Amino acid sequence: MTADTHVAWGASTSVLQVAAIALGGLVLVGLMRRVRARLEGRVGPPILQPLLDVRKLFRKERLRPDQASWIFPFAPVVLIATVAVAAGIAPLITVRPALGTGADLFVLVYLLLSGSTLLALAGMDAGTAFGGMGSSRAVTIGALAEPALLVTILALSMSAHSSNLPEIVRSTLAAPGTVVSPARLFALASLLVVIVAESGRLPVDNPSTHLELTMIHEAMILEYAGPDLALVTVGEAMRMALLLCVFVNLLAPWGIATSMTPLAALVGLVSLGAKVALVGVVMAGAEVFMAKLRLFRLPELLAGAFVLALLGVVSGTVLS
Amino acid sequence: MTSSVYASTLGLSAALVLLCAVVTLWRRSLGAIVKVLAVQGAALACVALAIGFHEHDVGLEVIAVLVLGAKGVVVPTLITRVVRHDPTSRESQPLVNVPASLVAAGALVFLSFAVTRPVTALEPTTAGRLIPFGMAAMLVGFFALATRRKAVSQIVGLLLVDNGVALVAFLATAGVPVIVELGASLDVLLAVVVLRVLATQMRAHVGSLDLDQLAELHD
Repeated sequence: MTADTHVAWGASTSVLQVAAIALGGLVLVGLMRRVRARLEGRVGPPILQPLLDVRKLFRKERLRPDQASWIFPFAPVVLIATVAVAAGIAPLITVRPALGTGADLFVLVYLLLSGSTLLALAGMDAGTAFGGMGSSRAVTIGALAEPALLVTILALSMSAHSSNLPEIVRSTLAAPGTVVSPARLFALASLLVVIVAESGRLPVDNPSTHLELTMIHEAMILEYAGPDLALVTVGEAMRMALLLCVFVNLLAPWGIATSMTPLAALVGLVSLGAKVALVGVVMAGAEVFMAKLRLFRLPELLAGAFVLALLGVVSGTVLS
Repeated sequence: MTSSVYASTLGLSAALVLLCAVVTLWRRSLGAIVKVLAVQGAALACVALAIGFHEHDVGLEVIAVLVLGAKGVVVPTLITRVVRHDPTSRESQPLVNVPASLVAAGALVFLSFAVTRPVTALEPTTAGRLIPFGMAAMLVGFFALATRRKAVSQIVGLLLVDNGVALVAFLATAGVPVIVELGASLDVLLAVVVLRVLATQMRAHVGSLDLDQLAELHD
């Protein structure tokens, strides 16, 4: 196989991954809302409603606060761009995407964090009270989640002796026993808490609330309207979908394309969609039974995630 | 049982014992803490059962069933009865707050890993390498004993220490003789019964299970 086929394969699957995350993210949000509504005894909006909402927002007039600086329109674009790059290089459908050697877990995490950071800055940019409050809360949660995330990465990279994500997925495929090792399970549990915190789901933040005093993420993007809001919505949905995809591929990578054929890519796409949909449905179902945590109780949750990750590292050292 | 299944069962059960110990520091509701204790007892029984199967030791399998009965069912039921009199009872103000306790638990896990190095070097078997988990569960139990203020949390802390000791015993010696294990288990059972009577007396006299209430004289 020549180098050209590798490049062509990497490029085409990366484009496919970005498109799948962009569309699938919105569908996933719709699916989770629908599941939640059904479990609460409501009919709920159609699964494709987020797509329709985004189309409606793109057609609206562009409105920006007078006092806002260049950061305000810049943030949604950076959010989308960083998530798209991350989706392009992560092993989602195939273990050999473009620039796969650069898909280090640290690179991925900080790509996603740079988008969130800019969004937090944009929340304060308009100078309204709610935006600042939302940003400060979002940054607090991010700062508490980061140590847990870094230790989780350490725990995950111990079994593969590499923090390169395709390498970890490949070593898991080669030795399926590592998935049920305590190190991996602790690390994945910690990762799940961090994903919930970062994507603003219950019990950290209530994505459907519009009560100003309790909302975190909604407060941060309160000033966005029209096409800007559409970009933020798409970016957030993509980020959650990407994080969940990485999670399921670390938990159960089976189905991911290891050979470079269109059929393998199709199998990878379908199995990834099925796995992520399953995790999304379980998450939405679990959220029905949860209340939002008080803001001052959040450090307990994230310290718990940190200790879980630490246990993962220790058990990885003990058992290896 | 193949050796890889044995290794992963043993590893997961031992890790679950430690995880349960940490979760008792995390949760505030006393009812939830007692449920976690029951799970820990079951995980401990799992460890004994796995070693018993692996070593073809019928005595250890019998002990596993006894441990499941005593630490997974009887002791938690006894404590639940104490909790049920006061269902809203929570560990609302521990001496060290919850995030700090969790970080301290992380430090204790590292400490136990460091101090048991000579022991694990002596016995580098599948079971022997898991000894730090038992040691860590024990230290976390001591921490709970030192920082929690409700009588029920103190009982749970004592039981965490006992479960940690039992885990180390199972892992290090592939099971102590039945008579010794029975002695230790009955000892703990007796302690729980006595503590339960004390807790009942305490509620009758003081009106709550908060140990700080005992610091001053009452009529």
